[in-house]
Amino acid sequence: MSIDQSTAAKVAKLARIKVEDDALPALASEFNNILGFIEQLNEVDVDGVEPMVSVEPMRLKRRQDVVTDGNQQDKVLANAPDAREGFFAVPKVVE
Amino acid sequence: MSELNKLGLAEARDALRAGEVTSVELTEACLKAIDEADALNAFVHKTPEIALDRAKAADERIKAGDAPSMCGLPIGIKDLFCTKGVPSQAASKILEGFKPEYESTVSQQLADAGAVMLGKLNMDEFAMGSSNETSVYGNAVSPWRRGNDDAQLTPGGSSGGSASAVSADLCLAATGTDTGGSIRQPAAFTGITGIKPTYGRCSRWGIVAFASSLDQAGPMTKNVRDAAIMLETMCGHDPKDSTSAELVVPNFEAMLTGDIKGKKIGIPKEYRMDGMPAEIKKLWADGAAMLKDAGAEIVDISLPHTKYALPAYYVIAPAEASSNLARYDGVRYGRRAQLAQGDGITEMYEKTRAEGFGHEVQRRVMIGTYVLSAGFYDAYYNRARRVRTLIKKDFEDVFAAGVDAILTPATPSASFGLGEMTEADPVQMYLNDVFTVTVNLAGLPGISVPAGLDAQGLPLGLQLIGRPWDEGDLLNTAYALESAAGFVAKPGKWW
Repeated sequence: MSIDQSTAAKVAKLARIKVEDDALPALASEFNNILGFIEQLNEVDVDGVEPMVSVEPMRLKRRQDVVTDGNQQDKVLANAPDAREGFFAVPKVVE
Repeated sequence: MSELNKLGLAEARDALRAGEVTSVELTEACLKAIDEADALNAFVHKTPEIALDRAKAADERIKAGDAPSMCGLPIGIKDLFCTKGVPSQAASKILEGFKPEYESTVSQQLADAGAVMLGKLNMDEFAMGSSNETSVYGNAVSPWRRGNDDAQLTPGGSSGGSASAVSADLCLAATGTDTGGSIRQPAAFTGITGIKPTYGRCSRWGIVAFASSLDQAGPMTKNVRDAAIMLETMCGHDPKDSTSAELVVPNFEAMLTGDIKGKKIGIPKEYRMDGMPAEIKKLWADGAAMLKDAGAEIVDISLPHTKYALPAYYVIAPAEASSNLARYDGVRYGRRAQLAQGDGITEMYEKTRAEGFGHEVQRRVMIGTYVLSAGFYDAYYNRARRVRTLIKKDFEDVFAAGVDAILTPATPSASFGLGEMTEADPVQMYLNDVFTVTVNLAGLPGISVPAGLDAQGLPLGLQLIGRPWDEGDLLNTAYALESAAGFVAKPGKWW
């Protein structure tokens, strides 16, 4: 499988990372290099093998559905690049 | 006592308890060593006030007869651990200015046991790298050199700052984390000991996530006894990490008898890679001979899917990273890019992530995005998870046949020069983890023990891999290997 520039641009878009057009050929070539390495996995017979979900067989624990935490608005917002009036602030989303 | 920073954890603990030294004295010696070692770029956020406060409190506890295992011992913390009120940015520009409002479980347990935090340690950005060259803080530098050559060498990665600091005696020990070899490879490169415990032993809560199904914290120390002491403090069940194991943590130090008579040690034939340097081959054979002399039985074993571990890792780890790193969006913490007039929220995400993530992190996030994207999920991600099942089964079969531990080289070479791999293709750098990455995929404990020097005077390490949850037995085998190898070399001080 080979990745062309338009696929590289699509992946960058999905990952929400801005990549300038002139950087796309190099990016596509890096992807192809790494994917070429990964292609080795096609040599393995995986028929009937379950994909691993958890390395140690364990059931995820459950807990009571109760409030354990809260009332920490100041702490939650303390590291925000832009916080106003108790909210995270972002550029306008809806016109 | 002179040069207190050169002590190990056990020696310093015993001296503290005997009243021969105070934690403040130990801490001041380390702080002085740190200030003299800026050339190593190991400590990237120094916390001398916190250190001295904790040292004074530790001295009070010791005086009062309440001295838990790590009481008064000065250590460094990898920048990947969130530490309350102290910059914790995973060596990334995107977390510039981030000061957590909380403390990671592991660093909290160390603090509760009286350990003294000296500061935060350099690393590869988001723990993605094998040479500490992807850090926003710049390269961490190894204290080791090739003879009289003054070329700067890598301390390895991703826990490069931890390795450099422990090896150069800037602290008594340090925390590391290991997703594909990030404790064991730098430990091997710098002549120190590093153990990655079984997946689930150490809580991942508060440690910046890279690949959640592979990440584990562990200690990086000056010897095996110190690793046993510090690992015990770091381990334990934590309700805040749903994959944390509800198992009793044994007294690992008490299990260090050095008696390995009758233990079966496996030598996997698939680890004899083409082009393996003669020095590494010899080190490995010598290690097997030492264990045999100590009474162990050496057996040839096969781990048939070894070859596929790295390619499986480079699907699974980037896939998990692309998901984990989605949270860095310039909204809740860290750094947001400067926006142009009219930029909307999508431009904010894209510019923030392009500016904030370094090249290697961007590459892995995008590879992960690709292998998880519609149409490729089965071909790449599910296939890699199936191969992972087979890799784990290889180990299960060997342990079921009675093998107690597996001996391998820790790395395919000694440390290399900073910048030497810049032009190489990324896959060449990934090969550093060829002997360590299988252990993460199988969730097993693995330890790197310094075992010799190469012709240029650089340290080489051997890796021992143990059964799940049997770190005590693994540490004891490592202890026997350490005693037989008698590695005592230290880097000459040039910094």
